Order: sequence, then C-alpha cells, then structure tokens
Amino acid sequence: MLQLIVLAAILQASLSIEMTFTLQEHEVQCFHEIIPKDKKFSLEYQVISGGHFDIDCNMMSPNSKTLYKEQRKQYDTFHHKTVEAGEYTFCFSNEFSTFAHKTVYFDLDLGDESTDIGADDESGEGAHATALTQLESSAYTIHESLRLVVDYQNHHRLKERIGREIAEYLCERVQNWSVGQTVLIVIVAFGQVYMLRKLFDKPVARGGKVGI
Amino acid sequence: MHVDIKDPEAKVILSKYYTNEGQFVFTTHTPGEHHICLSPNSTRWFSGGSRLRVYLSIDVGEHANDYKQIQAKEKLSELQLRVRQLLEQVDQITKEQNYQRSREERFRFTSESTNNRVLWWAVAQTSILLLVGAWQMRHLKGFFEAKKLV
Repeated sequence: MLQLIVLAAILQASLSIEMTFTLQEHEVQCFHEIIPKDKKFSLEYQVISGGHFDIDCNMMSPNSKTLYKEQRKQYDTFHHKTVEAGEYTFCFSNEFSTFAHKTVYFDLDLGDESTDIGADDESGEGAHATALTQLESSAYTIHESLRLVVDYQNHHRLKERIGREIAEYLCERVQNWSVGQTVLIVIVAFGQVYMLRKLFDKPVARGGKVGI
Repeated sequence: MHVDIKDPEAKVILSKYYTNEGQFVFTTHTPGEHHICLSPNSTRWFSGGSRLRVYLSIDVGEHANDYKQIQAKEKLSELQLRVRQLLEQVDQITKEQNYQRSREERFRFTSESTNNRVLWWAVAQTSILLLVGAWQMRHLKGFFEAKKLV
C-alpha cells in the first residue's frame, strides 16, 4: 500500500501550520518540518472524531531522538525549544484501533514569543530596533491580540464540532433503536399468540392430552 | 498527483491532475468542512509499498494574501499596510463568528430533534405495547372460548 508522508513546510518565520486529517485504522501518518536552531515551537493536537477519541503521537528530532511520546491521548500540547536545526518528524498512529478511523486536528506553532517588532513577515520588513511610534506599537499589540482571538476561535470550533457530531450521532441512534424496538414489540406479540395457538392446534391423537 | 477538492455539500470544486508540482487557489462559497484529497497517480502498481513524500503548504484567509503585492500595487506605507492587515484579520474573525452562529443553530436543531424523538417514541411505544397487549388478551380469550377450554 502506498503510504503518503506529508511534508508541510512553512514559508514564513512566525506562522502556524494547522491541519485536520483522517487516519484509518492501523494507519500511521507522519509529518516533517524543517525548523531552524533555537526556535520555540509548540505542537497541539486533538482527536475530533472516531472511537474513543484517542491517538498515539510521537515527535523526533533530526538525529532521531524522541522528544515526545504519548499513547492514547485525546488532547495534548507539547512545547519545545530546538537545539539543532533540521528536519523534525512527528507521527500520529492509529495502529491500536481495530475498526475506528479517527479525525485528528493538529497545530504546529512556530511563533517566537519575542517582541521583535517588525519581524512580522507578512509586511515584508526585517526587524529594526528603531523607536516606534505609538501607532505602530498599538498596531502590533492589536495584531497579537487578534492572533489570540483566532486561536480561541479555533479551540471553540473544535469543541463545537466534537459536540455536534456526538449529538447528531445520538439523534440517529435514537431513531434507529426506536424503530427497531417497535418492530420487535409487534413481532414478539404476534409471535407469542401464534406459538400459543400452535400449542393448542396439535392433533388430540396423543392420548387425549392437550397442550399445557 | 491527483487533487480533489470537495465542499461541505460533497460537491466537487476541483478535480485535476498535476505533475509533480502544482498550485491551486479557490474561494469557498459555503461555510464548513472542505475536503482536500491528494492521491498519487496509481499507474505504477509494481511500486506498491513505497512511500511518497509530499510538500504541502496551505494558506487560508488572510494568510493567503500577498501583502508585498498589495503594498506595491496600492503604494501603502508601512503603517497603512499593517492597518490593512489588521482589517483583514478582523474580517476573518467576523466571518468565523458568523459561521459559528449558524453551526450553533444547527446543533440546537439537532438537540431539539433528539428531544422530540425520545418523547414521541416513548409515547408511541407505550401505546403500542398497551394496544398489542389488549389485542393479545382479547384474541386468546376468544380462542380459548372457541376451543371450549374456559
């Protein structure tokens, strides 16, 4: 079976990569990222559908040292500061599951918590240590706050998705089981009467004993 | 590489074959989960079991804007560009909130529907049980009377 290893590389220094993907049962999916030295990053993942909502995750440094390894977690965050530049690999594994395919959301945040004004690559300027006007520093503060808002919205979106999926599944299950139970009641009722009648319909040729 | 993009209503937005490199842009018309599927061109089955490494970069919303281009085209100063970026960000947040509002509505509808179903089916099943029980008694009474056992 052809396995796809996805490499998601960021183009800009302080961006975050987030992805929602599906993992089939017994499947492992790995992602690679080239991260420079002395960079703080955080990996956050959450299982949003499937089975018991758990997944295995492990992260390895460029020299194959395991930085993080957890089994069967529903949600976790992992922070680390890189000591070497290179390709970091993180894998999600659904190998323990026999029939549940999972949907996993992860967010790799390579943002630096430095207050490097002007290092915002979206504006295209490099960092400069000159004094900033009030407007510029306000703009930066607003930008950071809005990033936080987007982050919270993300979390909310995930929670809502999990809840909604459970609710829809419940609704369907209630309907199916109710129909099934009703049909069963009717079948059993008719079946009981029929069996009882059959008991009495036996020919009396067995020495006059009838039924009960 | 074959790229398939489906919108939340399972309608195909894009379905194209690319060579080993490709770029695609699309604007969504429905809010919700879009599915982006990448599959290798499976004409080489003898190479089954081999692994493929794919580079993927997805930019959504305001991250998809090329600010250098916007700055050059509209001749904005540094500050103006930042303000523009903030406006885009706020726009995104507003869109996301609208989306959440419609999602909450659907969630509420599902919950109320479940509530109704539980209630209605409980009533229905109880009455069916009673009806069927009564029918059983009546039928068997008639049957035993006909068989001259009571």
